[in-house]
Amino acid sequence: MKVQILGTGCAKCKALEQKVRLLNDTHTLNLEIEKVTDLQEIMKYGIMMTPGLVIDGVVKSSGFIPKDDQLLAWMKGTQ
Amino acid sequence: MKVVEKHPIGSAVIILPLWIIMYAILQRIADALIALTGLPDGEHLTEALRFFVFEVPKVLLLLVLVVFVVGIIRTYFSPERTRSLLGGKSLFVGNILSSMLGIVTPFCSCSAVPLFIGFVEAGVPLGVTFSFLIAAPMINEVAVVLLFGLFGWQTALLYVGTGSVIAIAAGYVIGRLKVEHFVEDWVYKIHANPTALEEIIPSFTDRMQSGYGAVKDIVGKVWPYILAGIGVGSGIHGYMPENFMAGLMGKSVWWSVPAAVLIGVPLYSNAAGIIPVVHALLEKGAALGTTLAFMMSVIGLSLPETIILRKVLKIQLILIFVSVVAVGIIMVGYVFNLVY
Repeated sequence: MKVQILGTGCAKCKALEQKVRLLNDTHTLNLEIEKVTDLQEIMKYGIMMTPGLVIDGVVKSSGFIPKDDQLLAWMKGTQ
Repeated sequence: MKVVEKHPIGSAVIILPLWIIMYAILQRIADALIALTGLPDGEHLTEALRFFVFEVPKVLLLLVLVVFVVGIIRTYFSPERTRSLLGGKSLFVGNILSSMLGIVTPFCSCSAVPLFIGFVEAGVPLGVTFSFLIAAPMINEVAVVLLFGLFGWQTALLYVGTGSVIAIAAGYVIGRLKVEHFVEDWVYKIHANPTALEEIIPSFTDRMQSGYGAVKDIVGKVWPYILAGIGVGSGIHGYMPENFMAGLMGKSVWWSVPAAVLIGVPLYSNAAGIIPVVHALLEKGAALGTTLAFMMSVIGLSLPETIILRKVLKIQLILIFVSVVAVGIIMVGYVFNLVY
C-alpha cells in the first residue's frame, strides 16, 4: 500500500506527515510513504485544501488532520 | 483539553457560565490588581498598565467564544460546497455570494493556490474567485473580535461592511477586465479528476470538537500577537501626547490615505497584532478613514499571499489584483474621512 501526503509545506502538512510516519512505525505497517510537494502534482488530485491524504491513489481527506483511529483504519486497509 | 474534547457538550455547559462570570467581573479584577501595585491614579504608567491588564483578558475571552462559534459554523461549509454554490453564477450576483462565502468558508492562505485552481477549473468566473480571495483573509473572526473589543460594534460592522464592498467591487472589476490570459497557462491544463471524497456528515459532537479545535489552533497562534499589540497600544495610550498623530494621519492631511495604504500593503502582520496599535493611534488624533485604510491594507493584502499567488497568476494579473484592491481601500479611506 502507498500513502501520499499532499502539501506544499504548511504546518498542518508537516504534522500529518509526522503522524502517518509515527503510526506506520509503531504499528509496523511497513507502508510506502511519500510526501508530494510539487504543486502541479498535488493539483492532479483535485483537492482544494492542504494537507491531502491519498492512499493507493484515492483521496481520503483534505484540509485537516484526521484522527488517529481513522488514519490507522485507512492505513490498515480496513476502511 | 483532552477531557473537553471527550465531552464537548458537557464542557460547554460548564465553561459558558464561567465565561460570563469572568467577563462580568473583569473590570473589577483589573482595578483591584492596579490598586495592589499602589501606583497613583492618573499617572502615565498606571493608565498604561490598567489598559493592558483589562484589555488583554477581555479580548482573549471574546476571541475564545467567537472562534469557538465560528469553528462550529465552518463545519457546515467546505470549499467543495462553496465551489458548487458559485459555479455558473453571473458576475455581479456571483461576486456578492462569493464575498459572503469567503467569510464563512474555512480558509488558510497556504491553501490559496489549490483553492484558486479548484474554483477556476470548475468554471467559477475569475472575478468571482477573486472576490472570494479578497474577502476570505480580510474579513476574519480575529479582526472582527479585536475591532469589537477595542473599538465597539459600530466600527466592527463598518469594517465588515466596507470590506465586503471592496471584495465585491474589486472582484467585479477584475472580472470585467477579461484578464483570463494572465492566469498561468498550466492552470488550465491540469484537468484534475475532481475528488470523489465521500462526504461524511459530522455529528453535533464532531462539530463541537471542531469548535474546540479551532480555539486551540487560532487562539494558540494569535495570543502572542495580541499581547504584543496591546502592549504597544498601552504604551501609546499612556505616553504619546494627545493629537500627536493628527499631523501625520489626520483628516486635513490629504495624502495620508494613499500613504497609509502604501505602507500597509508590504507590511505583514495579522489582525491581532495591528488592530490594538491602530486603536491607540486613532485615540491620538489619526482620522478614522486613514486608520481603516491602513488596517485593511495590512490585513487584506499581504505580501506572502501575493507571492504564493504568483505561482498561478502572471505578474500582470498580480499587479492588477493589488492595484484594484488598493484603489478600493483608498476610496473607502477618503469616504470615511469625508463623512466623519
